[in-house]
Amino acid sequence: MTLHTDKGFEDELAKLREKILLMGAKVETMVATSVRAFHEQDNALANRTIEFDHDINRLEVEIDGFCLNILARRQPVASDLRFITTALKLVTDLERIGDLAVNISERVLDISSDPPRRDWPDILTMADIVQNMVRDALDAFVAADSAKAKWVIERDRGVDAIYSQLFHQVLLVMMEDRTAIQRGMGVQAIAKYLERIGDHATNLAEMVVFLTQGTDIRHPESLGPEAH
Amino acid sequence: MNALSSTLAMPRLDLHDSASLLVSDQEAQSPARASQSAKMATENLSAWFGKNKILKEISLPIREKRVTALIGPSGCGKSTYIRCLNRLHEVIPGARMEGRVLLDGQDVYTRAMDPVALRRRVGMVFQRPNPFPTLSIRDNVLAGWKLAGMRPERPDDLVERSLRQAALWDEVKDVLNRSGTSLSGGQQQRLCIARALALEPEVLLMDEPCSALDPIATAKVEELIHQLGEKYTIVIVTHSMQQAARVSHYTAFLYLGDLVECNTTDALFTRPADRRTEDYITGRFG
Repeated sequence: MTLHTDKGFEDELAKLREKILLMGAKVETMVATSVRAFHEQDNALANRTIEFDHDINRLEVEIDGFCLNILARRQPVASDLRFITTALKLVTDLERIGDLAVNISERVLDISSDPPRRDWPDILTMADIVQNMVRDALDAFVAADSAKAKWVIERDRGVDAIYSQLFHQVLLVMMEDRTAIQRGMGVQAIAKYLERIGDHATNLAEMVVFLTQGTDIRHPESLGPEAH
Repeated sequence: MNALSSTLAMPRLDLHDSASLLVSDQEAQSPARASQSAKMATENLSAWFGKNKILKEISLPIREKRVTALIGPSGCGKSTYIRCLNRLHEVIPGARMEGRVLLDGQDVYTRAMDPVALRRRVGMVFQRPNPFPTLSIRDNVLAGWKLAGMRPERPDDLVERSLRQAALWDEVKDVLNRSGTSLSGGQQQRLCIARALALEPEVLLMDEPCSALDPIATAKVEELIHQLGEKYTIVIVTHSMQQAARVSHYTAFLYLGDLVECNTTDALFTRPADRRTEDYITGRFG
């Protein structure tokens, strides 16, 4: 794309992009470490993940302020306006993903004293898929790749299906074995957090489609075909 | 009350009628509004200054009782375009045009159309406020009638109505006999708008009407354009894209004499269809 005539504005947009990517990379790391802490029952890693959330919160506030400044001083339009307003929304979803990684880590600590009696491999499959969804959504943002963003959205149904299946599996185990209840509830909660991360990755991907194509693809069932 | 609390001071919902809240916005909306018909239109309009072709086959509808903004870099032909609409272009030596300009479907360039009568129907407000310096505020409002050798039936009523429409009445009603040039720049421009409105035009052309005004005077004129846009068909040329975004319903982007794109202002400033529009409005033109 052609550069802005105003070099200062161009630099500000580049800086905003860098900040979002930095926040995205940190959030991706948090999701990965929280899942690893669960898988390896690593309390130290869970604690480090919880601590790391302060970085994410600081970046959210910083990026929000930066966007408001650009809006006030530059009054952007068209793709620049879409970029800034998308950035404002992206950081909210990224921050929520960070919070969910913290929630996963907290559940890891809750169930750490309760040794695993049974494996639920589906939860690791689910974790893999949502981590890839977050990564691909951010890659799609970097490359302005709407096809990749749409591929993220398509995967969310799979995540929902695994979650639903897993929830029932764990429920059955808890009904049969009361000693499995504490861990079972922890696993159910972690599965729910992963499912929510998938939803936030989907939001990110929808924003990338809006950013690149100018088309809002959210809530087709509420808006009808003419809205798109 | 500060600005934020006044923004937040929303009327309270009547929860006794909570069932009515469940009527969705979509159901409550009336069927899609019929698209506005064209008051004016140009068909393949080209214009020249000597050998320089300034406008290249511009076909554009000007919708009735809507504000249409023309934007584009200096020299793109936007002022020439509106001057073709009321035949002011042809009065410049060496200037000529081709194509058709329609007002209510009638070609305004036929012999039957008197240019002076046309300019009463298609009024114009210029970049710099230009009240007649020797005339009072009152006589400035009536100047168009006097120049046409006519006298309105109730001149005082007309003066008041025109000044009210131009949102100037309250500021000048006690000093109507003072010179027009005694007013501030913003007031002078609203006086010029009142002068144009006094002729009861159908279309109002505005050539960068705020470029010589400070931000407060600009805001007043913009508010006025917004209000007038409900009664009159307005075409405004502006260098300020923010102004076009604020006051107009439709925006047309002209570049090097070509009409690149015309769309609703909402769409043009958020999702322009043409890359050249995108580059221009986002400041990417070298």
